Amino acid sequence: MSAENLQLFEIFLRSKRGLDHKHVGSLHAEDHEQALEYARDVYTRRSEGVSIWVVRSDDICASQEDDSESFYDPSNDKPYRLATYYQLPDEVNNM
Amino acid sequence: MALDQEQNFQAKIDAEDKIEPKDWMPEAYRKNLIRQISQHAHSEVIGMQPEGNWITRAPSLRRKAVLLAKVQDEGGHGLYLYSTAETLGITREEMINALQDGSAKYASIFNYPAQTWADVGAIGWLVDGAAIVNQVSLQRTSYGPYSRSMVRICKEESFHQRQGYELMLTLCRGSEAQKAMAQDALNRFYWPSLMMFGPHDSESAHSASSMKWKIKRETNDYLRQKFIDQTAPQIEFLGLEHPDKNLIWNEERGHFEGSELDWDEFKRVIHGDGHCNRQRVQHHIKAHEEGAWVREALVRYKQKKKLKAA
Amino acid sequence: MAEVNKQAIQDYATRLGDDAVVIGHRVSEWCSKGPFLEEDLALQNVALDFIGRARMFYSYAAELANDGRKEDDFAYMRDHREYQNLLLMELPRGDFAYTMVRQLLVDVFNLYYLEQLQQSSDETLSAIAGKAIKETRYHLRRSSEWVLRLGLGTEESKKRAQTALDDLWGFTHEMFDLDALEQQLADAGIGVDNTSLQAAWTTQVKSILEEATLIPPEDEWKVKGGREGYHTEFLGQMLNEMQCVHRANPGLEW
Repeated sequence: MSAENLQLFEIFLRSKRGLDHKHVGSLHAEDHEQALEYARDVYTRRSEGVSIWVVRSDDICASQEDDSESFYDPSNDKPYRLATYYQLPDEVNNM
Repeated sequence: MALDQEQNFQAKIDAEDKIEPKDWMPEAYRKNLIRQISQHAHSEVIGMQPEGNWITRAPSLRRKAVLLAKVQDEGGHGLYLYSTAETLGITREEMINALQDGSAKYASIFNYPAQTWADVGAIGWLVDGAAIVNQVSLQRTSYGPYSRSMVRICKEESFHQRQGYELMLTLCRGSEAQKAMAQDALNRFYWPSLMMFGPHDSESAHSASSMKWKIKRETNDYLRQKFIDQTAPQIEFLGLEHPDKNLIWNEERGHFEGSELDWDEFKRVIHGDGHCNRQRVQHHIKAHEEGAWVREALVRYKQKKKLKAA
Repeated sequence: MAEVNKQAIQDYATRLGDDAVVIGHRVSEWCSKGPFLEEDLALQNVALDFIGRARMFYSYAAELANDGRKEDDFAYMRDHREYQNLLLMELPRGDFAYTMVRQLLVDVFNLYYLEQLQQSSDETLSAIAGKAIKETRYHLRRSSEWVLRLGLGTEESKKRAQTALDDLWGFTHEMFDLDALEQQLADAGIGVDNTSLQAAWTTQVKSILEEATLIPPEDEWKVKGGREGYHTEFLGQMLNEMQCVHRANPGLEW
């Protein structure tokens, strides 16, 4: 029996109000509550965060590298979604 | 197929793309990374002991707080690195077992005893200093999670080196006895710090493939030279004698040159002749075993809670 | 409001510093010995909070003394007979159950104590209490959860927690005594009337223990004397270690 029977959690921090939560790492804990507390002790020792999310690592479903072609390549030929695709006269500023 | 994958993999490395956990990677790359990252993690965790040993004797409350925070960081860095290694499909338990049965290594510097209060300063300044030189180069390592851990760790570690140097500076500006204590600590920790960069490139077993895969970004000798160069003026500023009596400045190369290291000692200490080899591992095993019933209680408590909820 | 001299407030701040440094030292002894890495780091955060608190109280005592002494003179140059911490703080760290049960008893006490101290008419004491109470809420969250886990975990964890509770209980009574100094400061609206905290402390501690299926011991024995400098053997040993480097070369900067 060991700590590795504890679950693995992924930790996300909001560094200040108005910004997104960002993944910072992971840790072991018994449950979500304890994971939150340890995240506070482990990942915010220097006031790095104002809000913490914890997610069980098992609950994350990640896309695979093999999916890349079918997932992302189709967007490559649709530059018309980007603002820079449209050439406007200089007179039309700041659009 | 395998060949394609390997070429694709190396092409990414060559293009300075990062490798991420779910990507295909050669088994040897994965193994090499696990070896290096877990060794790094173990070093942080074992490194808590020589300094942790002084927390209860720190000569001022400010130093006590600083040292506690510093040693806590070491533990935190160990934790970041264990998490990083876990993305490669190894568990923390397996890594800890390997540390405890001797099959995984940690930085041999921690087999040297921390004998006086000045050693706390020397460790922060020199040992963390050497570690930072290495870690800065590892911020560009090819494995994404490792690289990101290094960025985070480097940010935090510069405090470690500065508090160590500040501690030395205070001693050097203090009484004769304090200064002598600082000199003694420097004399003992200088050489093993240089050895932290590992054997010469020509002797290093893992260097070639690590460089090809950009796990390591700079060679042992290059990084060691960088450390020698940055340390010499720091020693002078403290007003201490340089432990290497043969150290000279080579104008042409733009580097300091000094004595050859005692590689026999290096090997002897790695292989068990250090003052603390057994002590460090036994301390770790003892704490781990004494904590077994706590971890058991946690798991049992969770199971009971689940049952109750069901 | 009664007139209180500065010496009384200085002595009061000093003993609160003693409480904080002694328990902080005990918790710091866990460094590199925790049951797993996450908990090791969490314990060190708690230790750091107490050391920080000690520094604030001692600095205030030094300021009031105004005789050239600094915080470290209070921590390092006083003998154990001069220390006036509560005995509960100085007992050795013991096993993890002992540490956590002690933390629960201390944290609940600190919570109510600091709430009162925050009302102090002395601005500095009130400000220190204001900062410390935030830390204490977090400490209590941890210790009460741990006591639940230990009480409801395995046979062994429950047994260890109960043993710790039985060994510690007799040291809790002096927390609610009031000596002449404290009486004087309480009357003046500066210090806390400890006697007023006992009912709330007992209710909250017992409710957590009950949830953890631990049995609150009978009030059969009571050990007291910390506030008079009459300590267990453990404090002298602890201070010997803590003060050895500082005292080997006195009067220097570190």
